[in-house]
Amino acid sequence: MEIMTILWREFIFFKRRFLRITLSAVVSPLLYLIAFGWGLGSQINYEGHSYMYFIIPGIIALTTMNTSFSATSIRINISKLHEKSFEYYLTSPVNMYMLTLGFVINGALRGLYAASLILIVAYLFGVKLKITLAFIIICILNSLLFAAFGYFASMVIDSHYEMNRFTTFVMLPMTFLCGTFFSLDKTPILVKNLIYLLPLTHASQGLRAVALEGNVQITSFIVLILYTVIFYFCGVAASFREM
Amino acid sequence: MMIKTEKLTKKYGDFTAVNHVDLQVQAGEFLGLLGPNGAGKTTLIRMLVGLAKASAGKIYINGQIMGRNKGDLKGMIGIVPQHINLDKELTVRENLLFCAKLFKLPKEQREKRAEELLEFVGLKNVEKRESQKLSGGMQRKLMIAKALINDPHILYLDEPTVGIDLTARRKIWDILKTMKNKGKTIMLTTHYIEEAEYLCDKVALMDEGKIFYCDTPDNLKIKLGKFTLEYFNDNNETEYRYFKSLEQAKQEAGLLENEYTLRKTSLEDVFYNFTNRKVN
Ligand SMILES: Nc1ncnc2c1ncn2[C@@H]1O[C@H](COP(=O)(O)OP(=O)(O)OP(=O)(O)O)[C@@H](O)[C@H]1O
Ligand SMILES: [Mg+2]
Repeated sequence: MEIMTILWREFIFFKRRFLRITLSAVVSPLLYLIAFGWGLGSQINYEGHSYMYFIIPGIIALTTMNTSFSATSIRINISKLHEKSFEYYLTSPVNMYMLTLGFVINGALRGLYAASLILIVAYLFGVKLKITLAFIIICILNSLLFAAFGYFASMVIDSHYEMNRFTTFVMLPMTFLCGTFFSLDKTPILVKNLIYLLPLTHASQGLRAVALEGNVQITSFIVLILYTVIFYFCGVAASFREM
Repeated sequence: MMIKTEKLTKKYGDFTAVNHVDLQVQAGEFLGLLGPNGAGKTTLIRMLVGLAKASAGKIYINGQIMGRNKGDLKGMIGIVPQHINLDKELTVRENLLFCAKLFKLPKEQREKRAEELLEFVGLKNVEKRESQKLSGGMQRKLMIAKALINDPHILYLDEPTVGIDLTARRKIWDILKTMKNKGKTIMLTTHYIEEAEYLCDKVALMDEGKIFYCDTPDNLKIKLGKFTLEYFNDNNETEYRYFKSLEQAKQEAGLLENEYTLRKTSLEDVFYNFTNRKVN
C-alpha cells in the first residue's frame, strides 16, 4: 500500500518532468560513449573486444548507480530538509519498512529507465550487446542497491553540504575505481582486493561477463544482494531516528 | 481523558525544552496553548503526535499509550505543524489525495473526501494549482484540509493563522468552530491572544518548558482580578493594575493624577502579566 502510494506520487513527478529527466539521463552516458568509445575505442582493442563493447557494461553499471542514488537521495533530501514533507509521512500511520521500500523501488525504476536509454543510445552507435535475464537482474540489483544507499545516505545527513561530501568521497571514487573504464587485472593485488569490496565492481564486472562472455558470476549476485539488504535495513533504521 | 500526559519531558543535551508537563484535555475540549517564543509549545506538540521522542514521561491518547509507532492512534490524529510542509510538486488536489492514501482511506472515499475538504476550506477554485504557487493563506488552508483528511478525533494546530490576513483568519476560525461543534478535541497554539479568547474553552500558559496554569479564560481573569486600571506613569511606562472589584479599582483610579483607563481584564492582560511575572 505504502509502496503504491509513493510510486503514484513519483509517477506524477516523472510525467511532469519527463523530457527533462530523459534528456539529463542521456547526456553523461552519451559523453562517455563519444569520448571513450569513439575517441579511444576505435584505437584500442581491449581483452579481445573493441573498447566500445568493453565500456558499455561499465557505463550501464555507472549510470544505474548514479541515477538511482541521486533520484532517491535528492527526493528524500528535498522532502526532509527543504519541504519538511517527510515529517508528514511520519505523522500518518505508515509502515516504515514499506515506505522505505517504496522510495527504494522508485529510485531503482529511475535507474533502470536510464539504463534502457543507454542501451538505445548504444544501439544507435552500432553496439549490440547480448541482453540476457542475468544482465537484467544485475541491472535491477545494482539499481536497488544504490537507491537503498541513497535513501540511507540522505537519512543520516542533516544538510545539503554533507550530501556533497558523500558524493565526493564515496560516489566519485567508485565511479573511477570499480573497473568501469579499465580492467582490474593489472592493479596490485591489495588494491584489487579492496576494490572488490565495493559493490559497483561487482555490477560492472558482472554485467561485462554476462554481455561479453555469456557467463554468470554467482559471487557478484551474492555481493549485490547482500549490500542491497544491508543498505535497506540501515535506511529503515535511520528513518526511525528522530528528525 | 482524550489527551493525558504524565511528567512529559524533552531534553536536548543539557537543555530541557519541555519539563515535567502534566496535561489533561477532555474529549471535545478546545485547549489553547499560549506561551512566549521558545516556551516549548512546538516541542510538546511534536511529542504528542509522535514526531519527537520523549526523554521521560508518558502520553495517553484515549487511555492508550502513545508512541512513535502507534499507527492506530496516529490514524485518529490530525496535525497542522508550525511550518508549511506541503508537497510542493503536487497540486492542491493531489496533495489531498496523497494524504488520503498515506492514511489508507479506501479508494472510493478518497476522491469524495478530497472534494469535501476543498469545498470546506474554500480551495476548490485553485485545486489544479501546484501547492508551491499558492499564497501563504491558501497554503495554510491546505495544511488544515490535509490535517482533516482522516476525519481525526484529535486536532493539533501549531500557529495555524500566522501571517494570514483578517478575512482568511476569520474563515479559519469558522472552520475550527465547526470542527469543535463536531465534537473534535482540539489543541491550538497561537500568539494571537484574541484568537485563543474567541475559540478556546481552556487556556494553558506555558513558559520555559513548564505549564503554569491551565484553566478557562474567565477563571484566569478572575484569578488576576476582573478589572484593569491602565495608565501611563511618571516614568513613561504603561502601568497595569488589577482589581477584584470595580469599587476597589475606582477608588484607586480616583487617587491618580494621570489619565487612566478602567476596563475589564482581558486574556491578553492575563498573558502579559504571566510572561512578565519574573520582572515584577
Ligand atoms: N532539535 C532541537 N535541538 C535543540 N534545541 C531545540 C530543538 N528543538 C527545539 N529546541 C529548543 O527548545 C526550546 C523550545 O522550542 P519550541 O520550538 O518548542 O518553542 P515554541 O514554544 O514553539 O516557540 P515559538 O512560539 O517561537 O514557536 C527552544 O529553546 C528551542 O531552541
Ligand atoms: Mg513553536
